[in-house]
Amino acid sequence: MSAKITPMRSAAESALIERFPALKAALPGLASAREDAFATFAAAGLPTRRVEAWKYTDLRAAMREAAPLAIRPNAAEIAVALKGHSPLAGQGAVTLSFVNGYHVATKGGPPNGVSITPLAEALTGGHPLLSKIGALKLAQGDLALSLNTAFMTDGAIIHVAEDANVEGPIALRFVTSGATAVATAARVLMVVEAGATVMLVESHEGQGALAHQPNTAFEIIAGDKSVVHHVRLGLNSTGAVALSTLTADLGAETSLTSVNVALTGAVTRHQVFARFSGGNARAQINGATLLSSTQHADSTLVVEHAAEPGGESRELFRTIVDDEAAGVFQGKIIVQPHAQKTDGRMASNAVLLSEGAAMYNKPELEIFADDVACAHGATCGALDDELLFYLMSRGITKAEAEALMIESFVGAAIDFIDHEPIRDILHGLVQDWLQARAARLNAGALTVS
Amino acid sequence: MLDIRNLHVKIADEDKQILNGLTLKVHRGEVAAIMGPNGSGKSTLSYVIAGKPDYEVTDGEVLLDGVNILEMAPDARAAAGLFLAFQYPMEIPGVATMTFLKAAMNAQRKQRGQAELTTPDFIKRVNKAAELLGIPKDMLRRPLNVGFSGGEKKRMEILQMTLLEPKMSIMDETDSGLDIDALKIVAEGVNARRDPAHAFLVITHYQRLLDYIKPDTVHVMSRGQIVKTGGAELALELEANGYRDYQSAA
Repeated sequence: MSAKITPMRSAAESALIERFPALKAALPGLASAREDAFATFAAAGLPTRRVEAWKYTDLRAAMREAAPLAIRPNAAEIAVALKGHSPLAGQGAVTLSFVNGYHVATKGGPPNGVSITPLAEALTGGHPLLSKIGALKLAQGDLALSLNTAFMTDGAIIHVAEDANVEGPIALRFVTSGATAVATAARVLMVVEAGATVMLVESHEGQGALAHQPNTAFEIIAGDKSVVHHVRLGLNSTGAVALSTLTADLGAETSLTSVNVALTGAVTRHQVFARFSGGNARAQINGATLLSSTQHADSTLVVEHAAEPGGESRELFRTIVDDEAAGVFQGKIIVQPHAQKTDGRMASNAVLLSEGAAMYNKPELEIFADDVACAHGATCGALDDELLFYLMSRGITKAEAEALMIESFVGAAIDFIDHEPIRDILHGLVQDWLQARAARLNAGALTVS
Repeated sequence: MLDIRNLHVKIADEDKQILNGLTLKVHRGEVAAIMGPNGSGKSTLSYVIAGKPDYEVTDGEVLLDGVNILEMAPDARAAAGLFLAFQYPMEIPGVATMTFLKAAMNAQRKQRGQAELTTPDFIKRVNKAAELLGIPKDMLRRPLNVGFSGGEKKRMEILQMTLLEPKMSIMDETDSGLDIDALKIVAEGVNARRDPAHAFLVITHYQRLLDYIKPDTVHVMSRGQIVKTGGAELALELEANGYRDYQSAA
């Protein structure tokens, strides 16, 4: 006897299903895309551990309630939200600020060769690139992205002209703020025409400890021979359940470097879907994650080599897990039958700093071509005792030696960022994290004595 | 300066005894050499003095200027004036050599109750020592020991020794993997610090290093003990006859 098990809808699922018809009528544009995406979600529900792609992150359990979708903030709310210091302030040649998923300010004009349209404006008034939203098949059906598509409120469409060598980063700052927890759904599409070079920087900042539910999606379509640098900083509110997706469709001979630095948020999941659509593309996709307390952070990656020559992908994910926190890495490299000469190498390395820390590594290779070089490595362990001894033998205290080693370990993933000031800022945030850890350890030592 | 008394050491978690009642004194101003065959416990001795946690001292003591250092953590031993030049220096990707040097120098100063070095003072000291040892400046900006050749790593050890100004330095097979030019530079780094206030314990397989660092005393080590002590001529004798006599004597 077999019976299809239909779990009871959770409170969050019921709320989302109840809410959608009214929101659909109120949200601008792409009605059928929203409906299709919502249907995908409604059929599956919030993913649990039974869904292979979410094996280690039970979103249904993490999101017991569906926070209401944020409405466009008023001037006073915007002022409060943007008051705090952004670590990446001043780094963008142009900086777009978003509060609760809505574009509220732009500082600086777009650099030469770049045009930027707020997504809400594009959705209402139409835009020639709208049809490119959600076009990457590799990511279709993903539940986090589906929810973003169904509820997307605002964001940006960025166009980079052919052969433009864009000066300075295009920066997007997202702040989640408010007296009560809200859900946000911002969407950014960047189309980079052939031969252009551009850097895109996104930072996600949440204030306080509220359980905000930001869900952001960035889509990059990189034309032939373009060079794209991408940096993402996750500094969500400490209670946040935050989802983020990056999709990349890579043309022939493109180069993509993407570094995600994840620091705060109760439950976070950053997903990357990258497709090598043109031959001989290159991608370096990195993650640096530092976790403490009971944080849970998931990095999930699908890279598809779908052209010949298959190109070169490199993935380096470094995770530091302290206290009772848990880290997740799921990485899959798919090599399609015709994607000969693919060279893929994926590494996930984690350091556990406490007895209660946990790391789940799930690397996968799906190779359908016969002339490829693919490898993956996953490691998980404590800090290297030999190196600790070496540093201590130079007079460096144990705490300081550990801090140096942690900085060195995650720094390896951050150091792929060419932009020196931004790289230094991210190293500085790692040092802040280490100082907070040192303070916790000192406080703990005082409590014991 | 360094007074090792009846030291018995085994590998922690194992029954393997490595040092069997080793007794050795190194006086202020002295350069002492330890020579011995593979597996005689030379590197273990250097690690135990520096405080590596993989070993268990079952008996004996190690005194540095009269203070038993065996209960001290490795960083406290370093601050007390002990330095170990590693046979295989470790690489630290992502940490610039300058950052590491500053952390080490200031950590020791802090433990000794001294003020931290100002940045100009620090840079001046590093540049001076680097010049003496023929270390190019770009090496100092690179991550510590990453991609360095064997000789460069050893030179970096001597640079650290020069900057940290220990009173007691132990060189663990510093000559291994060095060509003659590198060997000379390393020896010059040691000789520059030879004076009545400092002492050295030079561990080596071969007499070659001792052509450049003239020892006051040579100890022969075999099976975890010092089996013979003599002057510089003992090293020449060993070079001629090998360790055969001492392996059976122990």
